[in-house]
Amino acid sequence: MDMKVGKKKLGLKEKYQHMTRGLGWETTYQSMDDVFPFVKYEGIKIHDWDKWEDPFRLTMDAYWKYQAEKERKLYAIIDAYAQNNGHLNVTDARYLNAIKLFLNGISPLEYMAHRGFAMTGRQFPGVGARVACLMQSLDEIRHAQTQIHSLSNYNKYYNGFHDYRHMLERVWYLSVPRSFFDDAVTAGPFEFMVAIGFSFEYVLTNLLFVPFVSGAAYNGDMGTMTFGFSAQSDEARHMTLGLEVIKFVLEQDPDNLPIVQQWIDKWTWRGYRVLTLVGMMMDYMLPKRIMSWKEAWEVYFEENGGALFKDLARYGIRPPKWLDQIEQDKDHISHQAWATFYNYAAACNFHTWIPTDDELDWLSQKYPNSFDKYYRPRLEHWREEAKKGNRFYNKTLPMLCQTCQIPMIFTEPGDPTQICYREVDYKDNKYHFCSDGCKEIFEHEPEKYIQAWLPVHQIYQGNCFEEGVDPTAEGFDPLSAVLDYYHLAQGRDNLDFEGSEDQKNFEAWRGMATKNAA
Amino acid sequence: MSKVFIALQTNDDTRQIIQAILADNPHAICNEQPAMVKIDAEGSLVVRRSTIEELIGRDFDLQELHINLISLTGNVDETDDELTLSWNA
Repeated sequence: MDMKVGKKKLGLKEKYQHMTRGLGWETTYQSMDDVFPFVKYEGIKIHDWDKWEDPFRLTMDAYWKYQAEKERKLYAIIDAYAQNNGHLNVTDARYLNAIKLFLNGISPLEYMAHRGFAMTGRQFPGVGARVACLMQSLDEIRHAQTQIHSLSNYNKYYNGFHDYRHMLERVWYLSVPRSFFDDAVTAGPFEFMVAIGFSFEYVLTNLLFVPFVSGAAYNGDMGTMTFGFSAQSDEARHMTLGLEVIKFVLEQDPDNLPIVQQWIDKWTWRGYRVLTLVGMMMDYMLPKRIMSWKEAWEVYFEENGGALFKDLARYGIRPPKWLDQIEQDKDHISHQAWATFYNYAAACNFHTWIPTDDELDWLSQKYPNSFDKYYRPRLEHWREEAKKGNRFYNKTLPMLCQTCQIPMIFTEPGDPTQICYREVDYKDNKYHFCSDGCKEIFEHEPEKYIQAWLPVHQIYQGNCFEEGVDPTAEGFDPLSAVLDYYHLAQGRDNLDFEGSEDQKNFEAWRGMATKNAA
Repeated sequence: MSKVFIALQTNDDTRQIIQAILADNPHAICNEQPAMVKIDAEGSLVVRRSTIEELIGRDFDLQELHINLISLTGNVDETDDELTLSWNA
């Protein structure tokens, strides 16, 4: 970029002061408590909002200038990618399933983040914090839009991209990311900031965007790489905001510490559970792999997160709870998740498969403590069965965790052969959990989590069929009725990658792209 | 001492920026990954406007970094002349 830098009238610090301080006032026609009704009930005490400072000191005028430049770059590349049939340059068609998961599971969260930051910004009396929330809210809607635009190109050619908006509120596994964000936006403004601004953006988002987007680049997906990097260029600001929030809140009043600590524990665990999907994408769905989930976890969580919590120790913050379990889990969760999606491939909008021998070897090498012992034999067994024509599709529905809504697939800390179950009796009902973390989060706010819309329960209650369908009719096929409700076509959008329409089309079109017609 | 990092896209705009960061931070280590670089440094890392300007031969506003920035860690402090990342512990 060749941007002309004019002579500055004000320095960065002075400009930031002018653009973020003089804009607010004490209201007199209405009381401040009526104008900002949600800012006190969580118990967080703020004495001086002017102590808030954005370390980047970004003001709206500069924001528009740089965001416009990012958009121009992005759309130039998206157009070129589409015009050049760039989708045929991805490593192989299995890769497409990773971006189906992205569009359906992650892009809608960007939109929810947009709403969340708009609401939160409205609730903060401090102008500096409101400006930062406004920018992030605009960033997030930009991310949702650019992701939808970029991925709509794939929808012209491949299955499973066709109705993400409808599926988000229905398809079983999508209740995991959706309920995570619903939980955050229905919290108070400070909890939302700790949940999304700090725990998700600062502690966890690198794991999603950095290795995955770099992986997209590695797999020839220029479209995803471009929107991914364009979104990331905003993430650095979001992370900085997230850290600023924590420091600001902790410096304002010593009473804030235990409240913030409890939120950090809760939201690190909640976010960590959602990232199971990302672990699976990295280890199984990128044909060319960039790093294993475990390696990414070690760099971006253990190393960076470790440095972060060491820095925050001066405020009395300790690292999030359940870290010893998280530490053990990194050898397991991506394999446990892939096995689950392999099982339930009949009810998904993307395909699954058994990795090739090379890929199995890569996993053995990356996971020397777990893969050969616990996971490889099962995958090889399923492969043998599939060869005999018995591709395994699980037709029973799994029990879900009341908090994270993930099927109960995780194992006991210390024993990877034993599924971890926890339960709580609350008001005449029994609730089930995948872990101590999810159980404790429930116990802290049971009235919130008993309202969870659990896809399996809803199917059994008959709420996941199209209107007019009679589950008591002769020959009623529940799976097929649920697929109709999801807007998924049996045999086209679901099942194994082997033999799928995507596989056949990609092969045929790639052939056409490299050869002349006979 | 904890490490801070800054990650940038690799393109024609960032080539000299990366060069400037490495020149100003001899203790930094540059990790090249597909389409990006991650520069790690013990303790702290500074991005200096004057060094970038010398390399690109024009005026540079440090906020232009946002266009090609991917991620960073550490406490951020930005002035007209420097962007500093650091941990206090």
